[in-house]
Formats: sequence, C-alpha cells, structure tokens
Amino acid sequence: MSAPEATTRPVGGLRAWLLSDAPANVWQARAQRAYFGWLTFKSNPIAMAGLIIIATLLLIAAIAPLLTGGAGIEQNLGNRLQAPSSEHWFGTDELGRDIYDRIIWGSRVTLYIVFLVSIIVMPIGLLIGTIAGYVGGWIDTVLMRFTDIFLAFPRLILALAFVSALGPGLENAVIAIAVTTWSPYARLARAEALTVRSSEYILAAQIQGASTLRIVIFHVVPMCLSSIIVRLTLDMAGIILTAAGLGFLGLGAQPPLPEWGAMISTGRDFLLDQWWVSTIPGIAILVVSLGFNLLGDGLRDVLDPRSGASE
Amino acid sequence: MTRKKGAGPFPPLPPFARNLLRVVFTLALTFLGLMAVTFFIGRVLPTDPAMAAVGNRASEAVYQAKRLELGLDRPILIQFWLFLTSALQGDFGKSIMTSKPVIDDLKRFFPATLELATVATLFGVLFGVPMGVIAAVRQSKLTDHIVRVLGLIGYSVPIFWLGMVSLVVFYAKLDWLPGTGRLDIYYDGIVDHVTGVILIDSALAGEWEVFNNALGHIILPAAMLALYSLAYIARMTRSFMLDQLSQEYVLTARVKGLPERTVIWRHAFKNMLVQLITVIALSYVNLLEGSVLTETVFAWPGIGLYITNSLFNADMNAVIGGTIVIGACFIGINMLSDVLYRLVDPRAR
Repeated sequence: MSAPEATTRPVGGLRAWLLSDAPANVWQARAQRAYFGWLTFKSNPIAMAGLIIIATLLLIAAIAPLLTGGAGIEQNLGNRLQAPSSEHWFGTDELGRDIYDRIIWGSRVTLYIVFLVSIIVMPIGLLIGTIAGYVGGWIDTVLMRFTDIFLAFPRLILALAFVSALGPGLENAVIAIAVTTWSPYARLARAEALTVRSSEYILAAQIQGASTLRIVIFHVVPMCLSSIIVRLTLDMAGIILTAAGLGFLGLGAQPPLPEWGAMISTGRDFLLDQWWVSTIPGIAILVVSLGFNLLGDGLRDVLDPRSGASE
Repeated sequence: MTRKKGAGPFPPLPPFARNLLRVVFTLALTFLGLMAVTFFIGRVLPTDPAMAAVGNRASEAVYQAKRLELGLDRPILIQFWLFLTSALQGDFGKSIMTSKPVIDDLKRFFPATLELATVATLFGVLFGVPMGVIAAVRQSKLTDHIVRVLGLIGYSVPIFWLGMVSLVVFYAKLDWLPGTGRLDIYYDGIVDHVTGVILIDSALAGEWEVFNNALGHIILPAAMLALYSLAYIARMTRSFMLDQLSQEYVLTARVKGLPERTVIWRHAFKNMLVQLITVIALSYVNLLEGSVLTETVFAWPGIGLYITNSLFNADMNAVIGGTIVIGACFIGINMLSDVLYRLVDPRAR
C-alpha cells in the first residue's frame, strides 16, 4: 500500500498525527489502527522476543557474505571435525567445512523454504476459499469437499510419498509441503469471505458492474489477509520442522547445500565424540521455529483478539 | 462441516440416521480422495512405473510384459478402478525390498507404531492435562508463563534432533536407559507374537524381565514423540479450563463455599471432558503419522521406518501401502472423534 501520509500530516509530529481523535482520511485511520496494533504488540514481551529473533534471522541472511569467510561449502579435509575454537566458532564438520559459515548460509535456505511455501500456499488457499465463500452454491460445496479431503490427510506421510515420487530435492520438498498444507487456509478464507459477502460495499461494487473475479480479488481477498497471515506465521514453525525433517531423512536439500536438517543428519555418526556437528544446527532450528511461534502468538493477540491465548 | 438440513429430494430422515448417513458419505468420499492422491503419486507422477519396476537394463520383452501386468496400456480410469478394488481387498502388491506382500509387512510393522503412539499419548495426557489446568487456575502468573513457554518450545523443537541428543545423554553417557530398537538383542524372540505389542505380549506371557526391558526401550522415543502432543494438550486444556472458570456455575460453586479443588476438578473439569477427548484423539492420530522421524532415530521397527526404508529402495508399492494404511487410520479416528463429539455434546448438534 502506498500511503500518501506525508501530504496530510499536520504540525505536531508523527505521534500526534497517529494519536489524533479525528482522523482526516482513510489513510490516517489505517495508520492509526496499525499504530495501536503495534503498541499492543510492543507491550507483549513474548511477541517482541519472536519479532527480534525473526528480524535477526532476516538480517543475518541479508548480510551473510559479510559475516562469513566463504560460502560454507569449501572442503578442507586436513581440518575435519575440529572442536569449536576461536578460529572456528562452532567447529568444523566431517569434510572440514566451518559450521559457523554453514549455519549463517543455512539461514538463507530456511528463509527460501519459508518464502516458497508462503507464495504457493497463500494464493491457492485464498483463491479456493474466497471463491467458495463468495460465490456459494454448488461451487462452494464442491470446493469445500475437495478441501475437506486434503484436510483429513496425514501431512508428513503424504509429503514423504510426494517427495519419493518426485525425487529428493529442496524444491520438491517445498512442493510436497505446500500440497499438504494449503487446505486450512482455504477453510479460513472461506469463513472470512462468508462474513463480508453480504456487506454493502460488495453490493456497491456489484452495482457498478464489477466482475466476480474482480470483486473476489480486490474486495474480498484483502479482508481475509490478516487472519491468513497470522495462521501462516503460526504454521511456519511446523513448515520449517517438516522441511528440516525431510532434509534429515535425505529427501530435502541435497549436499553440499547447507540445510540445517541435513547438517544434523550428517553429524549423526559423530554425535558421541564430536557433539557440535549435530547439536548446533539443531539449536538453530529450535531458535528459528521458536521465533516464528512467538511472533505468531503475538500477532494473533494483536490482529485477532477474540481467539488470543492470553485472554 | 455444516450443511443445510432438509434440502434435497429425499424424504426427511430422523436426525440420527441423517447424521450417520452424512458421516458415512463423508468417510467414503475422503477415503476415495486418499486413494486418488496415492494413485496419482504412485502411478502418474513417476514417469514410467514399468521402468521403475524392471530397471533400465531389462529387455524390451520383459519391459512390455511388466507394462501389461501393471495394466499401463489401459485407460487411466480403469487403472484407478483396479488399484482401488485391489487395495480394498488388502492387496497392495509385493514389496521389492522384503519380497513379501506389502500387507503382510504392514501387519508386522503396524503394532510397533501403535505401541509407540499409544504410550506417547499416555505421556502427553498424564503431563499435559495437569499442566494446562494449573496454567488456567494460575492465569497470568509465573506458572502460566512457564507452561506457555514450555508449550511453545514443545512446538518448536526438532524432535529427531532432540531424540539423538537424548540418546547420547541417557544411553551413551549416563547409561540410565537402553538404546535403540524395541528390545535388547538377547530378549528377542522369547515372547510369542500374539498382538504384536511387546508390552502386552510379555505381560500376557508373564515374562516380566522382557516387559521391563521393553518398557526401558520405549520410554525415550515415547517421551520425544509425546513432546508435541503434550504442548498441544496443555494449551487446549488451558483454554477450555479458562472458558469453564468464567462460567456462572463456577461462581455459584465458589459462593457456596466449596473448596477450590472441588470446583476445579469436580465441576469445571467434568464439563470440559468431551472437548478434551476430541483433542486427545486428534493428537493421537498426529502421533501415528509423526512417528516417522522418531522411528528413524530410534530404529523403532514401525510403519514409519518401513516407509522411509522403502523410500530409499524405490519400493513404491510399500510406500503407497503404508501411506494408505496410516491415512485410513488418520481419517477413521478423525471422523470417530467428530462423531463422538456430536454424540456426547448436545451443543455441537
């Protein structure tokens, strides 16, 4: 959204503008709502912890080349399985690769998974759900039966079967995860669409002659976005864990890509004497999925206070 | 799943029969969906199933024979029909890896998964429910926050990793618990295979030494597997309990001067039991499928390990068979808990 806030901002600064009792236009009202949401969010220490973790992850991924000495895939067999030291903070693995470098570069792999799953799952769920909810009738019945079928499936097992048919690999793992996770989003979007379909602004759009597709995309979908995003944030930890699990089984990211789940798996053989090879990527996964869980919990309290865990 | 009542060309049925009919219809439809997806995975996605079965060094004649045997020359709908009917008769084809019918393998591996998931659910209930109740009673106090953070950690930890670490700590370093597998090797084969669940079989046979050994083996994998369901059960229990505690009958009970313990366990807890049972059933099916990674780490010979091993041997029949069995359990228990919920809780009708 490109809010032209600067044009209407009165003297008294941004804070006064945001806290004003009488918003002058729709942009100010929206900015105010976002600001109040931020205030609620900020007062929740658990959610802030989550936000800090995810922001740090994003930062680390963005400046990975500055933080590391290499791409994390250079082998140095003379240097294998070194314990953590001032030279190798997290030690080295069985091929002499620096684990600190691999963890840092691995954050990109994790974010890549998160991003890909989101851009596959959100549009599918939104489209099916909003069309079902807005159009109704037999289309609704058919689409929701279809969704229910996917809702009743065992996710991990199905993802396994998908990857086994498609062949191992990061992209295939992402596809398998996406195929098995879109259904709750369709349900959620449908429920939201049902509540807005009979509102007057939809009627106004209909009278102006907007097509069904236009109404769904421009008027119904935006109303469903916030609950979809909350749900996606909460599910993200599960998605990361599933991707790591597939990587651990050797079905996800393939070597030499520094994927955390696969790193745990290679360290399995050295766990007794070289604990760091497996332990450190495990901690990385734990911290990142904890971050998403904390953030999702906080976002839910802000955007959807009715179902908050801390009411 | 809400549908308009009384619509359609059929004469009105009594509510119970209508509900039953709808459940059966949904069940059949969902199962058909499962079969369609697994058929798609097993027969359509691999570029050439016949090639996958015979390998690329087979002669043209062998390849063509396999194609005919698999029915690949027939229309796809007929292929699906054959797949569906043979699966319904328990025929999933032969496993390449064990060269036995897949269904026999599944029968052998399934009890181990069932045993693991059941013990894990017991752990989850035994610890999760009290945790949730305590968190609700002491809402927004330190205990509540601790339970909440513990729950979030339970949701966030990669179980396969924690399993490995705990094996190192409790087995290799401290030697408090036995290692991987279901039994130590010298206890293997002592007890007859009756139910396939070693804890039950050994108790039936009175072999308490075997029982103890099996118990030691199951504690660690079950505890790992239980983490997720523990977090889930504790969270839901807390929210159900908060719901009940804000009701007026609780206030009445307190005003009457009943001790707090009676108010919580006799009054509030009783009223949330139905919801709780649904949650437990849901977490149980999740464990049935979630056991894949745990079984791999602990070398637990269940369906999860069977599926992953088959995967690496390109044993598609076995993968599909295992997926269908777990999927059918998943769908069945889901539906059962749904029905139970409607049956017991009048508000849900």
